[in-house]
Amino acid sequence: MQEHDMSWVRTEMALAQPAPSSERGLTAWVRKNLIASTGDAILTIIGIVLVAMILPQIVNWAFINAQWTGPDRTVCATVAQGGIQSDGWTGACWAFVNAKFGQFMFGRYPLEERWRPILVAILFVALLVPLLIPRVPRKGLNAILLFFALPVVAFVLLIGGMFGLPYVETPLWGGLLVTLSLSFVGIAVSLPVGIVLALGRRSNMPIVKLLCVIFIETVRGIPLITVLFFASVMLPLFLPAGVSFDKFLRALIGVSLFAAAYMAEVVRGGLQAIPKGQYEGADSLGLSYWQKMGLVVMPQALKLVIPGIVNTFIGMFKDTSLVIVISMFDLLGIVKQNFSDANWATPQTARSGLVFAAFIFWLFCFGMSRYSMYTERRLDTGHKR
Amino acid sequence: MASQEVLREEPSRGSFINDPRVRGIFFQALVLVLLVAGVWWVTHNVIANLTRLHIASGFGFLKGRAGFDISESAIAYSSDSTYFRAILVGFINTVIVAVVGIITATIIGFIVGIGRLSHNWLIRKICTVYVEVFRNIPPLLVIFFWYSGVLAVLPPPRESINLPFGSFLNQRGFYFPRAIWGEGSWLILVALLLGIAMAWFVARKARQRQMATGQPFPVFWTSMALIVGLPLLAYALSGFPLSFEFPKQSTFNLVGGFQVRPEFLSLYLALSCYTAAFIAEIVRAGIRGVSAGQTEAAAALGLRSGSILRLVVVPQAMRIVIPPLTSQYLNLTKNSSLAIAIGYPDLTATAGTVLNQTGQAVEGVVIMMAVYLALSLITSAIMNVVNARMALVER
Repeated sequence: MQEHDMSWVRTEMALAQPAPSSERGLTAWVRKNLIASTGDAILTIIGIVLVAMILPQIVNWAFINAQWTGPDRTVCATVAQGGIQSDGWTGACWAFVNAKFGQFMFGRYPLEERWRPILVAILFVALLVPLLIPRVPRKGLNAILLFFALPVVAFVLLIGGMFGLPYVETPLWGGLLVTLSLSFVGIAVSLPVGIVLALGRRSNMPIVKLLCVIFIETVRGIPLITVLFFASVMLPLFLPAGVSFDKFLRALIGVSLFAAAYMAEVVRGGLQAIPKGQYEGADSLGLSYWQKMGLVVMPQALKLVIPGIVNTFIGMFKDTSLVIVISMFDLLGIVKQNFSDANWATPQTARSGLVFAAFIFWLFCFGMSRYSMYTERRLDTGHKR
Repeated sequence: MASQEVLREEPSRGSFINDPRVRGIFFQALVLVLLVAGVWWVTHNVIANLTRLHIASGFGFLKGRAGFDISESAIAYSSDSTYFRAILVGFINTVIVAVVGIITATIIGFIVGIGRLSHNWLIRKICTVYVEVFRNIPPLLVIFFWYSGVLAVLPPPRESINLPFGSFLNQRGFYFPRAIWGEGSWLILVALLLGIAMAWFVARKARQRQMATGQPFPVFWTSMALIVGLPLLAYALSGFPLSFEFPKQSTFNLVGGFQVRPEFLSLYLALSCYTAAFIAEIVRAGIRGVSAGQTEAAAALGLRSGSILRLVVVPQAMRIVIPPLTSQYLNLTKNSSLAIAIGYPDLTATAGTVLNQTGQAVEGVVIMMAVYLALSLITSAIMNVVNARMALVER
């Protein structure tokens, strides 16, 4: 040991000690997350009992006891009900879903023409997927194709009556086809209309503002069913005698206007969140009203309200199921209509069909909400307050 | 303002076309002209169509005989009643299902929402699954699920499922004992009202005393004793006037008791489950919105965890929660119109039937819209009052 050189600087870091055994592994996790206190332990026991009561039943019903294929109701009915299953059997009747799958997807769309909706679906997916993946280039062209070219192509393909395609009238449409086309058009229409309404509501022109407020508040105050009633019962009265248009189109108008009012409020929230300085900055640069809104305010405002916009989309997607009350058959409607098929009527049919429909709806809605969360994170540039 | 006036007087712009004021007036005039033309055109068409179809307009038809039966009615109604009464029955049914649904949805929603923030992993996951399932399927599907998937496949009345307290469950709904109020039972009601009034008074005095002296007072237990104890006392004093009529098995059906029909039950359960998922998310966001610093500061002041939650976190969370909660209540009320799909006679269903029978489409839709608008406005007015009381009092 040297006399004056007492200082010593360590050149490499000391190795970290492993965490104490009580803080590691499964036991620590259980202790921290399940039995941290007496109350926690009681809650855990309640939770375990709950799961143990419900989960096995669901698994049993949906998978173990389920009937996957079969020609008719006998596979899903007990002996007492005129089937082949032993008494006390309960299980999902996926055979019903299997047999009716084509109907659930396309409704009564003619069998030999079903390649048309399938082709539209393929085009839709082919255009949508690149739009959703941020790294794929040419977003502008892609969006134009999706929102302007695709509707035209889809219209020609689905309705037909030109280019040698047989005419398929809309009352024959049904199932997921109706659900998806209603919501796609609803989304494509409600966002721009909603933006215009929101701008109108914040406009300086009193008459425009008043009209927008009345429209938004009225539509938001009444149920969609009433709007659909309005569209199906009153629109024919509003038009000159002899002029009538398709029920599908009426439902489209009803759903789109309804969603637009909600969208307007979401967009207004975003507009209000933009500091006044942004508006004034754009004014001082000499931008016109539309330049100011399009280049400065809207990009920031819409980014802020992405979750709200997607929530409105999800709400509208779910709301399309209400067209059943004006006797159109979307996915839910066609599933419900098939309950009355004597060939398949068993106590399990309704449950199985509804669970299937719920799964499809869930898949779309859950997908949308997850994608919106992903976009929100990606666009979060740290300015959000 | 003055400087703007000065600026405006200068003829700096080249043409009056570029003047925003002139443009504004022009566009508004254009909108107004289009609107008036549109309204005129629509009115013209409506009048022409109505005369062509020989439908008298006006609300006179409301006095006519309805001629249809309504399965569930809180007030006296028969097919001889008027159309007006039919619509009134529907309105009352809507209000009943909305109020009961709102209460249940709030309770489930708060439990699940707080559960999603629990430290307990299992509880958190169960609540997350609940929310993610119900948020992502249409309410109508949930209604159908309860109606045709669960309640319709229950055993027939002869094999009713026995539940506690003499109640039964079968295909035709849920039966529970009906309370029969005997002589002198008004005393119980008076006692209950008195208890509530006294509890409110005690709470007020207790708060004043705590503000003045810092002495706390067990308000909760006192109020409970007043609200529960007084009616019980009145019940004993008036000679136990309350008795129950139990539902009994007869050959084909259950007789007696109070029946809740499957239509109401499935609508109620579905609306509650569905809206609860949204309320849970709102509650979660509200509690998460109170910054951790508040909790820590309260802990530093020496408050216990229960008091922290009650005095610091919840009052602040409620400020965030109430406005979206209001819109969920409104949504539930509006979603109750889905009743039409399973045949629960709510406003939309009865007004729809009236509309179909009389052909008075315009009036029918107008009544529906007006009633729902009024309900929405009343609900939001009440919630605005609550919100104003809860809101942060700023300088």
